[in-house]
Amino acid sequence: MGHRTPLYDAHLAAGGKMVDFGGWDMPIHYGSQLEEHHAVRQHAGAFDVSHMTVVDVTGHDARAYLRHLLANDIDKIKAGRAIYTCMLNERGGVVDDLIVYKGDNDYRLVVNCATREKDLDWMEKQAGGFAVDIHERPDLAMIAVQGPEARAILEKVLCEAGAKAVAGLPFFGFEYVGEWLIARTGYTGEDGAEIILPGSKAEDLWQRLVDAGVRPTGLGARDTLRLEAGLNLYGNDMDEDITPWEAGLGWTVALDDADRDFVGRAALEKQKTEGHRQLLGLVLEGKGVLRAHQGVHVPGGSVGPDGEITSGTFSPTLGKAVALARLPAGTTGTVEVEIRNKRLNAQVVRAPFVRNGKATYKPL
Amino acid sequence: MSEIPADLRYRDSHEWVRVEDDIAVVGISDHAQDAMGDLVFVELPEEGVVFAAGDEAGVVESVKAASDIYAPVSGEVVAVNEALEDEPELVNNEPYAGGWLFKIKMADSGELKEMLTADQYQEQIDSE
Repeated sequence: MGHRTPLYDAHLAAGGKMVDFGGWDMPIHYGSQLEEHHAVRQHAGAFDVSHMTVVDVTGHDARAYLRHLLANDIDKIKAGRAIYTCMLNERGGVVDDLIVYKGDNDYRLVVNCATREKDLDWMEKQAGGFAVDIHERPDLAMIAVQGPEARAILEKVLCEAGAKAVAGLPFFGFEYVGEWLIARTGYTGEDGAEIILPGSKAEDLWQRLVDAGVRPTGLGARDTLRLEAGLNLYGNDMDEDITPWEAGLGWTVALDDADRDFVGRAALEKQKTEGHRQLLGLVLEGKGVLRAHQGVHVPGGSVGPDGEITSGTFSPTLGKAVALARLPAGTTGTVEVEIRNKRLNAQVVRAPFVRNGKATYKPL
Repeated sequence: MSEIPADLRYRDSHEWVRVEDDIAVVGISDHAQDAMGDLVFVELPEEGVVFAAGDEAGVVESVKAASDIYAPVSGEVVAVNEALEDEPELVNNEPYAGGWLFKIKMADSGELKEMLTADQYQEQIDSE
């Protein structure tokens, strides 16, 4: 038996098909992954993401510590805003990707569940010389409510202060309402909110959301939604041997402050000069499904594959297969993907594929 | 519980066969479609192709994964279910009716005896 979130019984009651996910028993879907996907693009869906690891960082040196630990610069945002960043090793490889919610002198980090132990070890190891307290919060649950109707429904479901927060938050803004952290963030390419709350309150909120018409949505749809939105998945699209440059995450690396010596900076600066592969989008022109690890051939390339798909799926919104692929720098036009000993044409595009329910990809 | 019609024969790789004279209608079981989740793409053999029992005959792909389909009996493919090109979800919704995959003109109807009965197939699923 794996770990269970406070919503485990609610998932079973809703017909959730439970699978092991990083040591947690989580719902992959509640009947139809496709219908759940469409519900989020067209209405609203709720995700139990309580398996994710919440870590609070406080103490006198919290700011200095995080500016050392993270590739993005928390000084770029003010308190009450969130920032997406990678945590790198000395080689510039990605230890994990995470969200930082910045308070006045307190920071809440949400890291991946599958990388929990190594993340906490790494964070402790990097804390030497800093007066910081790194405190995991297994007592908290996390529910994401996503879709064009998500915030309007939350305004009806939450208490008055919560409703006010949801209505007024800017994109990537957040507010504490009592013990609840309410943030306008997500992993689907739709508007919505993520709520971090005491585990004891999770089932009540979940039920109120479901009663208000929000569809329980499993990890299966979460993956197709994030891929359509062009959002990376740790372990697929990047890992400890891949730098942010090679993972389409250059926009999360802050080099502006030359005095900020974050872990991995030297390796990133070196690779930036030398050149590197790129993570680009692919759209399959014909029938079939793109999958992780399929080989990609570029025009005039070598005999073997020149690149590889890191995440691929059938896009329910577009009705065709899409993928992220690591390819030689500057690849454009049409490439060939190896699918079961055949080579099928795919168009190289700039992700995201879908945002706010509509196709957004541009041919490269 | 998944549905396992008693009048069909099954392979342990989850294909079913319905016999209509010397024609074997082939599909995948309710259990198999449920395990795969929503199907989004079905690759079928071409008419006229001749298979030996156990040959790879096609692929069904769900949002999750791709799964090979094997010819459950030997013979020539005489029809394929073209409706699946636009509606692969028929395999999810009607695995034993509108979701059939292809028809084989059997070369040796004796092969049917080697296939699982509904009870035997149920036992296999229970033991998985």
